[in-house]
Amino acid sequence: MKATEIQALLNATVLVGPLPEEEILTACGSDMMSDVLAFPKDRMVLLTGLTNPHTVRTAELLDVMMIIFVRGKLPSEEVLNMAEDAGIAVVMTEYTLYDACGRLYAAGLPGGTGRRKP
Amino acid sequence: MNELLHEVYPVEKGAFETAGEVSGTIKRMLRKLGVPSQVIRRVSVASYEVELNLVIHSLGGQMEITIEPESVTLDVADRGPGIPDLDLAMQEGWSTASDEVRTLGFGAGMGLPNMKRNADEFDIRSQVGVGTNIHMKFFCV
Repeated sequence: MKATEIQALLNATVLVGPLPEEEILTACGSDMMSDVLAFPKDRMVLLTGLTNPHTVRTAELLDVMMIIFVRGKLPSEEVLNMAEDAGIAVVMTEYTLYDACGRLYAAGLPGGTGRRKP
Repeated sequence: MNELLHEVYPVEKGAFETAGEVSGTIKRMLRKLGVPSQVIRRVSVASYEVELNLVIHSLGGQMEITIEPESVTLDVADRGPGIPDLDLAMQEGWSTASDEVRTLGFGAGMGLPNMKRNADEFDIRSQVGVGTNIHMKFFCV
């Protein structure tokens, strides 16, 4: 799935661009970075409501392609600057974590297990 | 021993602001040295987990990295307090982290098992009142 498609599905606002052009293969949704660290996958997007600098640090270490902040949460300027320095795109959606993950899963983007919508 | 690089990084207790910086430095070094990306990810995850553990649970310690052509080794030592029950600590979901740590997104009790899962060799020794030592080795081939 393309990042632009994800942006459209979630009606998301771009906070740090540009959006990645490569195909995104997986999504992970969690507010616990400990859990995110347990299931890293290639070419992944991270959906979270956690807006502190550790979200960007975790994303950087895992080569996450794009961070999606849910529930209209806006991170601080510092966090956005960190993401920009790390070359990670950031978008924000008004959908909750559950709804945002559901919309992407229903559109065919699998989670870390690789299981797709039947 | 044919070392490409050997560095020691101190990690202070409670340094949440800078937690992850050592792991970021290690990742950049590995990338510069051309280590395969799958190995870099495994080392990054394990080093970040252990760095967070030092910040969250220890009284301070150090991370020592040795990069050789065919492997990456992380030796970590802290100054205490030590882990009373290692079998319990190795269980997924078991954690003694505070609510404050959980609000930062950590303390899910995944750290030690996740280190073990990512490393090709994993050894942990701990003595209450003395400290904990963790040895992890990752093969590049």
